[in-house]
Amino acid sequence: MNTVMVINRRRFLKTAALFGGGLILGVALPGGKADSQPAGEKTSFVPNAFLRIGSDDSVTIIINKSEMGQGVYTSLPMLVAEELEADWSTIRIEPAPVHPAYNHAEWGGMQGTGGSTSVKSEWTRLRTAGAAARIMLIRAAADTWKVKPESCRAEQGHVLHPPTRRRISYGALAEKAAKLSPPTTIPLKPDNQLKLLGTSVKRLDTPAKVNGSAVFGIDAGGKDILIALVAHPPVFGGKVKSLSADTARNTQGVKDVVVLDSGVAVVADSFWAAERGRDALEIVWDEGPMAAFETATQRKEYAALAQTPGAVARHEGDAEKALKQAARSIHAEYEVPYLAHATMEPLNCVVELRDDRCDIWVGTQFQTADRDAAARVSGLKPEQVSVHTMFLGCGFGRRANPASDFVVEAVKIAKAVKKPIRMIWTREDDTKAGYYRPMWYDRISAGIDTSGKPVAWRHTIVGQSIMEGTPFAASIRNGVDETSVEGAHDIPYAIPHVHVDLHSPKTGVPVLWWRSVGHSHTAFVVESFLDELAHAAGQDPYAYRLALLKSHPRHRAVLKRAAEQAGWGRPLPKNHFHGIAVHASFGSYVAQVAEVSVKPDGTVRVHKVFCAVDCGKTVNPDTIAAQMEGAIVFGLSATLHGAITFKQGRVEQSNFHDYPVLRMAEMPEVTVSIIKSTEAPGGIGEPGVPPVAPAVCNAVFAATGKRIRRLPIRTEELKRT
Amino acid sequence: MASLHVNGIVYPVDVPDDAPLLWVIREKLGLTGTKYGCGIAQCGSCTVHIDGKPERSCQITVREVQGKRITTIEGIPDTHPVKKAWIEDDVPQCGYCHPGQIMSAVALLKEKPSPTDADIDAAMSGNLCRCGTYQRIRRAIHRAAQAKTGGKR
Ligand code: FES
Ligand code: FES
Repeated sequence: MNTVMVINRRRFLKTAALFGGGLILGVALPGGKADSQPAGEKTSFVPNAFLRIGSDDSVTIIINKSEMGQGVYTSLPMLVAEELEADWSTIRIEPAPVHPAYNHAEWGGMQGTGGSTSVKSEWTRLRTAGAAARIMLIRAAADTWKVKPESCRAEQGHVLHPPTRRRISYGALAEKAAKLSPPTTIPLKPDNQLKLLGTSVKRLDTPAKVNGSAVFGIDAGGKDILIALVAHPPVFGGKVKSLSADTARNTQGVKDVVVLDSGVAVVADSFWAAERGRDALEIVWDEGPMAAFETATQRKEYAALAQTPGAVARHEGDAEKALKQAARSIHAEYEVPYLAHATMEPLNCVVELRDDRCDIWVGTQFQTADRDAAARVSGLKPEQVSVHTMFLGCGFGRRANPASDFVVEAVKIAKAVKKPIRMIWTREDDTKAGYYRPMWYDRISAGIDTSGKPVAWRHTIVGQSIMEGTPFAASIRNGVDETSVEGAHDIPYAIPHVHVDLHSPKTGVPVLWWRSVGHSHTAFVVESFLDELAHAAGQDPYAYRLALLKSHPRHRAVLKRAAEQAGWGRPLPKNHFHGIAVHASFGSYVAQVAEVSVKPDGTVRVHKVFCAVDCGKTVNPDTIAAQMEGAIVFGLSATLHGAITFKQGRVEQSNFHDYPVLRMAEMPEVTVSIIKSTEAPGGIGEPGVPPVAPAVCNAVFAATGKRIRRLPIRTEELKRT
Repeated sequence: MASLHVNGIVYPVDVPDDAPLLWVIREKLGLTGTKYGCGIAQCGSCTVHIDGKPERSCQITVREVQGKRITTIEGIPDTHPVKKAWIEDDVPQCGYCHPGQIMSAVALLKEKPSPTDADIDAAMSGNLCRCGTYQRIRRAIHRAAQAKTGGKR
């Protein structure tokens, strides 16, 4: 039986410490010493930071990525197990502590999960970790039998010597393997010998998630731990001007009230007591410079800014001139709102702070940043802080905050009350306290020639930079934050004159990456506008795209597959219409066809979505399908429902009644088709999101003749009665 | 002192009798399978059974369940066709919503052993899944229904 270990062990950190910084994979490390092993587990072979093989045949794979639903607790062990020739049924996994050995293979200097990078960044490292161990185990067996290693092979957790039909388990070899020096060359299997990778393997975490035993951040800390709730300022940047906390303090169960720079915390012996205490706080806020902030005003400002030139993200040919000379020019303005991540598990953090140590149990995507932030706040050294990564009840980027906002807040409270606490943001806090996908305003123009082909493309984007003010700000080049223009400055369509520029106004609203980041808005604009061009040219939107993608075979392949699956061009049920979109992001290519009807009252119903994906080589196809299904739901929530808006500085939404997300009754039938590919692995968590909105809105246009240029779709706009 | 009858065990609880059942279950009984998602009956994460009926435990006080039988996700046997179907279809992604989803699905199948898609829409639309596992939830409910009715539909 597979198990997912989510007990976090301080002791294991010691083992990790043995590995030293800058571990190079394949370099064997000293075998686990008795005192460095978790109680009850006999580990004798620790070939590297990612693997422990016990003399009891246990195979523990240490995972440096956070499991937030995307399946890394299964796909990453598969990478190790493939090369290790492990018996899959003996695999256990354990979340990694924070240590340089577990740093992201591509991000440098930090441990974290995001950008749809887990499989592609670990593809070689984890396979190498497994292969190195296998080579050593084979050598240990060959030594034991006094035969040549080349005459042995590994299979299902055993080393075999076929000529003599001998067989020995990895566990029995562990002690001996631990004494061997590591291999110097570690070849990986050629693709045609892969057995596990590319097959649909059941997720290791499903049983725990089905019986309620999976421990999320909000479940950590045990019974009777003190609960902390925070009253945040009603306006971003607000501060406490005066506080009367007597009633709150006298509320039954309330233990303490703590003033923070981010608000006022109430600490109590239960959630309900903390909530009542918080309700009883009398706070006068200094609302600060955002007190008059309004979405309506901001939209006008953005629209005005979009009429002026911005920082240049791409300049090719002379779009200005070509636009003037084109047979016809088409202009449009698009906009999308701020969006909350609305992770199903609201943000929370459990902290136990002592004089010389701080333990944090949290669902996080940014372990190193959170650890360092906790160290700063607590006054400890980073090595005195342990981050225990729990299951994440969704991430979507919200739990990867360079500012570590919710961790910082929780550690400050623990420091003040000097007791272990579980800080919980209520859904209302989670909706209102920010870090949103930025609001965007786009002005776009194109010129087409007499045959309908686009000859010029000019796109101005207005929206806040996510990178600005973070440690990643150095990535902003010549005023262009790549995450603001991704998917827009690199459009694949063959257009000779292209100009894309960017304005990055500052607003005071905290913004962050949100599943698919910049692509979440650029794909909507680019793919909707391309549809406008196809219609202006009087051409079929699918054929129009294909013709402009001659040098992009992967785009073409997914488009064709999605169109085939949907039966593009064939008759549909009465009042049903198709829309199509294609977009590449995070190293993968996705096309979707949405089948939509629009009721006379303007309600949009999405009946089916056909999705084709090329993500290169695959690890676990069923997970890929699941990620596409989920991404489509995520995209539909934003297309049909989501908006965070401000009035008098205040966020107008608070919970799922006014920030709705898709429900079961709105779920379309989703068909996912994966293109067989020998290309390097691409991302899978995010690339399914970007095409959803344009595919649906293009179908809405086919149904109604009305072009949706502002999300979410407002039924008033489509009403026909 | 109030007491709670949960999964066949009677727990005395020293809490105000207007305390919300959800938090008492989680914080005082330590049964953390039941989740908090919204606190206002919008998401279904906190679904438990009270005398066999699915209810949102964030909306119910300890006083209201005196003398009633409460079942949480921990009280549904691992052999239950719904749990088995969930594993078979690898339904969960992050998994946070699924204790609630499963409690709603178990209750649905008790009432309607062979639910139609429309029945599923009606019974399950109060359970949000931000990861978007709805298609698999639907599939798994049909699978569980078939297992329960011995393949007859
Ligand atoms: S927490 Fe009870 S319905 Fe959402
Ligand atoms: S599986 Fe994540 S919210 Fe449902």
